[in-house]
Amino acid sequence: MSHPRPQAGTPGPYEFPHATRFALANGLRVIVAPMHRLPLVSVIAVVDAGAAGDTAGREGLAMLTAAALAEGTVDRDGPALVEAFERLGTAVDSGAEWDDATVQLTMTPARFDDAIALLAEVVMAPRFAEGDVERLKAERLAELLQQQVEPRGLADERFARVVYAPTSRYARAAGGSPATVRALDAAQARAWHGFRYGSTTTTLIVTGDVTPEVVRSVVERRFGAWSHPVEPMPAVHPQARTTERALHVVAKADAPQSELRVGHVGLPRTHRDYFRVVVMNAVLGGLFSSRINLNLREEHAYTYGAHSGFDWRRAAGPFVVATAVKTEVTDAAVREILLEIDRIRDAEVTADELDLATKYLAGVFPVRYETTGAVASALAVATVYELPDDYFSTYRNHIAAVTRGDVLTAARTHLHPGALQVLAVGDAAAITEPLAALHLGTPSVTTADEGETA
Amino acid sequence: MRLPLESYRLPNGLLVTLSEDHSTPVVAVNLWYHVGSANERPGRTGFAHLFEHMLFQGSEHVAANAHFELVQRAGGTLNGSTWLERTNYFETVPSHHLELALWLEADRMGALLPAMTQEKLDTQRDVVKNERRWSVDNQPYGTWWERLPALCFPPEHPFHHSLIGSMEDLSAASLEDVAEFFRTYYTPDNAVLTIAGDFESTTARALVETHFSKIPRGSGRPALPPMGLPRTFGGWAREVVADDVMVPRLFLAFRAPTFGTDAYYAGSVCAAVFGQRRGSRLYRALVREREVASDVSAFTWDLAKGADLFVADATARPGTDAATLEAAMVAEVDRLRLGGVRADEVARVLALIETDFVASMQTAGDRADAISKFATLLGDPALVNEQLDHYRKVTAEEVAAFAHDFLGEDNRASLVYVAPAEGAAEGVAEGAAEGAAEGGRLGVRQRTTEGSP
Repeated sequence: MSHPRPQAGTPGPYEFPHATRFALANGLRVIVAPMHRLPLVSVIAVVDAGAAGDTAGREGLAMLTAAALAEGTVDRDGPALVEAFERLGTAVDSGAEWDDATVQLTMTPARFDDAIALLAEVVMAPRFAEGDVERLKAERLAELLQQQVEPRGLADERFARVVYAPTSRYARAAGGSPATVRALDAAQARAWHGFRYGSTTTTLIVTGDVTPEVVRSVVERRFGAWSHPVEPMPAVHPQARTTERALHVVAKADAPQSELRVGHVGLPRTHRDYFRVVVMNAVLGGLFSSRINLNLREEHAYTYGAHSGFDWRRAAGPFVVATAVKTEVTDAAVREILLEIDRIRDAEVTADELDLATKYLAGVFPVRYETTGAVASALAVATVYELPDDYFSTYRNHIAAVTRGDVLTAARTHLHPGALQVLAVGDAAAITEPLAALHLGTPSVTTADEGETA
Repeated sequence: MRLPLESYRLPNGLLVTLSEDHSTPVVAVNLWYHVGSANERPGRTGFAHLFEHMLFQGSEHVAANAHFELVQRAGGTLNGSTWLERTNYFETVPSHHLELALWLEADRMGALLPAMTQEKLDTQRDVVKNERRWSVDNQPYGTWWERLPALCFPPEHPFHHSLIGSMEDLSAASLEDVAEFFRTYYTPDNAVLTIAGDFESTTARALVETHFSKIPRGSGRPALPPMGLPRTFGGWAREVVADDVMVPRLFLAFRAPTFGTDAYYAGSVCAAVFGQRRGSRLYRALVREREVASDVSAFTWDLAKGADLFVADATARPGTDAATLEAAMVAEVDRLRLGGVRADEVARVLALIETDFVASMQTAGDRADAISKFATLLGDPALVNEQLDHYRKVTAEEVAAFAHDFLGEDNRASLVYVAPAEGAAEGVAEGAAEGAAEGGRLGVRQRTTEGSP
């Protein structure tokens, strides 16, 4: 049964779902992308009210406010609101990221009008009851407490702190710290909502089994009376904490693995080198068959998996290599990561590597956008970062146009070996000395509950 | 909403199901092998999953790791996963690469062993040991999904032992074990193949014939030990684990009717009434009203042999001790068991199930996997089209009867995680490894690329 590897057939035609855009008289923007295969509709309300806008001392307010939206409206308390949504066969999800707050839900088309009516209540007239806000605060504090023994969350939080200057919003968790969360209250959430949520800061994205005409009439009826001019969000200043390499160990006694984060300040989402950097990172550590994963997992068996990525935000989010390795090989793994970062800056990637990265990124496009939810999320990202209307129809061409020279230039321009921050959450007694021998700068050792031990 | 299905069997026993849908130029290839951790022999816990890793290490015409590379170069996604009763492998590719996916799956079903080496086994053994550290040992509560089945199934039962396996057993696995496992279980008559998405039936049939028909049938799958169990646990089992955690977490499990039976659907609805989403009883009572928990859920494991598990869990709010958390959970269980459920609670759950079902039919990969599940576990791929009807038939009375019959004190198992100090107070001497509730399924993890538009 020896058959040679088959040749590919002819690609079928593919178009990203066509989006219709319009705005209501009050400024509310609406994007509709019909997908009629199944009786399903996804809706995302995207509001310019992300954690980037938190003021100093009130970190966590954007996320708390967004979470509290779904806890009750002027007309319905929390249990009644949840009941109303779930009886429609939909569950409402609200939350905030760095650059936006979102409220999202998926329902069958027959329930679209009723669901949008509830969504309008949630977004325009939330209740912010004292008891609900206090409970959400307590849940965030519980999460922070649990993070002290959860190495992955702990590593992410500490990594942000060593990469960004203390004055940068990005140095501190989007959800806030125990001190800042304790200081929040319902009145602040109400004020934040009044200031940030309005018809001119909100885009409604609707995908699935609907027509633009139906959406327009329903949205006009439910959101037409909303009006609230709001100022734009303040910009985040993504200053680095240092331009020098440094080593940071967070002690977790007897940990069988070290959670590693290696990286530095990255790039803003709208950077003109975006596509070149995406392809470069795919070769470096973005794909299963990337250099870093094949080296650390398949060649050395140090780990279950390793990857690199740029966290794309409005201002420059971090570039990070992340993995978890057996305690005994922590220094060896860091050495390999540093070597791979040097290597992709030293010489062009092979034609084969470039081919894999670009063919994957371009080819996987239709696979990624099979669902109404995935298309809605993609349109939400395009909204937040003000990507051009033809972004999705030209994406594959942009990827295919990246050359080996582009990848090398991107690596040399945007990876900074001298500024890498190396952070390990693990058995400090076992890993600190070997890591220090790699000459990564003076090691600092801290504990999970914040105290400096060395 | 029904999926179009076309099922047939090759002479070598492979059950093939085709489900055409031309709405987007994407096709999914999905193989379920009817073998999981339940089929492992003593001293080889974790082998089914380690073996799954070996299936990505190449076959006669495919180099090590080339499976991943070729599928990704084609613009596809792929993975595999291991569970108690089955192991699955799947690719979703742009439809003009259908034959590549079939060729890759056929090559490893037909000719895996020529590519196996001691070095590859040693490497994957270490990768899996790191997977264990990552998902079980170095995560708070991470041991739950090996401790819970150990508590709920008797020691000789095939569902009792750890799916990811012990470090000792992983160390003991040999190349001869790989060869034997492959010859015994990775045969066409012990597998189902589903193709869903954008393809022409006649073309797909011809490709399946070309690539799979010459793979020889196996010599028969050895019978599992008896899987049958009494209807209930016959008591209240209990384990308290002192772990490196900041707050207690409780898993309360009940023996339940197997996946696919009439009583299963009542149990599944009961679990959703009890613990699915914020409108559920547990969320309302423990999170919103009493504020003793920050997180709750209830679900069934969907085991098709012997007995299923119905599991409710709750994570305490700081300041709530394990006893208070457990008492609150048990009070809600008793209220359900003795007070029944209202029709509007069942209506809430049905509305959610209907939306979730349609949503789960959106991707070719999910459709193929659902078809393979019914083909493998219940022997009939067409059952995928009857699921909503089964759920719609469930009444509040049936849910109440399920709660009455299966949630009593004679059928409970409590697995409680506490911080070391609280464990000492309860007289728990044994320190346990850490770990995480990662959702229970293992698989070779596919690293997705960043930079999605």
